[in-house]
Amino acid sequence: MTNGPLFHRKRDRHPKALTPDYKTSVVRSPQRALLSMNTTLSEETGPVFGHDILGPLDNDLIQNFAQPGEMAIGQRIIVHGRVLDENGRGVPGALLEFWQANAGGRYRHAKEGYIAALDPNFGGCGRTITGENGGYSMRTIKPGAYPWPNGVNDWRPAHIHFSVFGPSFGQRLITQMYFEGDPMIPLCPIVRTITDPDAVAQLIAPLDMNNTVPMDARAYKFDIVLRGRRSTLFENRMEGN
Amino acid sequence: MQKLTHLQESPSQTAGPYVHIGCVPNFAGITGVYPHDLGATMLRDGVKGERITVTGTVFDGTGTPLKDAMVEVWQADASGLYPGNDPRGAADPNFTGWGRAAGDGATGVWSLETIKPGAVPFPDGRMMAPHISFWIVARGINTGLQTRMYFEDDPLNKDDPWLTRIEHQNRVPTLIATQAKPSTYQFDIHLQGPAETIFFDV
Repeated sequence: MTNGPLFHRKRDRHPKALTPDYKTSVVRSPQRALLSMNTTLSEETGPVFGHDILGPLDNDLIQNFAQPGEMAIGQRIIVHGRVLDENGRGVPGALLEFWQANAGGRYRHAKEGYIAALDPNFGGCGRTITGENGGYSMRTIKPGAYPWPNGVNDWRPAHIHFSVFGPSFGQRLITQMYFEGDPMIPLCPIVRTITDPDAVAQLIAPLDMNNTVPMDARAYKFDIVLRGRRSTLFENRMEGN
Repeated sequence: MQKLTHLQESPSQTAGPYVHIGCVPNFAGITGVYPHDLGATMLRDGVKGERITVTGTVFDGTGTPLKDAMVEVWQADASGLYPGNDPRGAADPNFTGWGRAAGDGATGVWSLETIKPGAVPFPDGRMMAPHISFWIVARGINTGLQTRMYFEDDPLNKDDPWLTRIEHQNRVPTLIATQAKPSTYQFDIHLQGPAETIFFDV
């Protein structure tokens, strides 16, 4: 990590605030322009999460809510990858939190109304912290697609929500991971809030047969990129970077 | 010509209605996975500074409270140092600086117990008035919203290098928390409408 200001967000790769085909955004989108500022210490610093907060099953959604000896139902998968910054450096110590529906497309949540069955052995949350080179892995079941009240027949593609916390509060990001080959992806109004096809592709994890564990779990690779930081060229250091 | 090899930040997607499952599972009734929800407690006994409660509601453009929003805050300790990785030195060990709160499922009210932060330098060395950085996510918010909360009646506000850069000074009050009662600051966030909070691209 270099010690300069954060790169500006490329807002044209992110969704706009007002995306009427995702109906809830209509009354929840700021209507005035965002006020552009350069980052200060308040955005460049951030909390440090130690590996000691993690329990042994935190990144194993198949086991972390299951009764002893039981497992969540569904297609067993491993999701792994790296957290990088825009300079291409691995981000160690990043907190990743995951949540997802069960194999039938049902969330364990008081406001969830889908008829699909709850899995008594699946909670749907997990977390981990990236290692020295920014790498992470987690084990889960492939979530199901599910219908949601937006249009009369809108379905979410299978997805895993990711909350990502790098070293700076200004890098804070929540996004979603989709699965290679899912025909529901281009139909989804939430995916379509992103207008740049290259940016959508950045959220689709490829099947990774090399890291698939034979007779156990298929692997998907999902890298995440956080805002970079400018080198402090000519700002307060004369040598190297 | 050489190529610039920068990567691009992953695009944001909404936190959706079930953000609680992943970020505050105990709040969502998913117990037994984590001992407690991260960010629920910002301070320990022995923390230095004035203890305060910060509370508020996030409102949509119709004036309806969001009952599924989550806010995160990040702030300096009482002496103006950030816990974690502040290059200037170590902050109060009894203060985390970071908090996370979900709006109540029935009312939308969120609340955090913290301390009043100290002033923090702007890049040019001038001091910024005490403030708390906010990040707001919810269903219908495609990219997390960044804003700041300042404190009513703080004498540093009038020269704050961030607040004084704002062209429409009549909107600055949207960033100022009011002291509802002693040691309790009210900071409501309006996503739209005449009182729309100033959100930053920072």
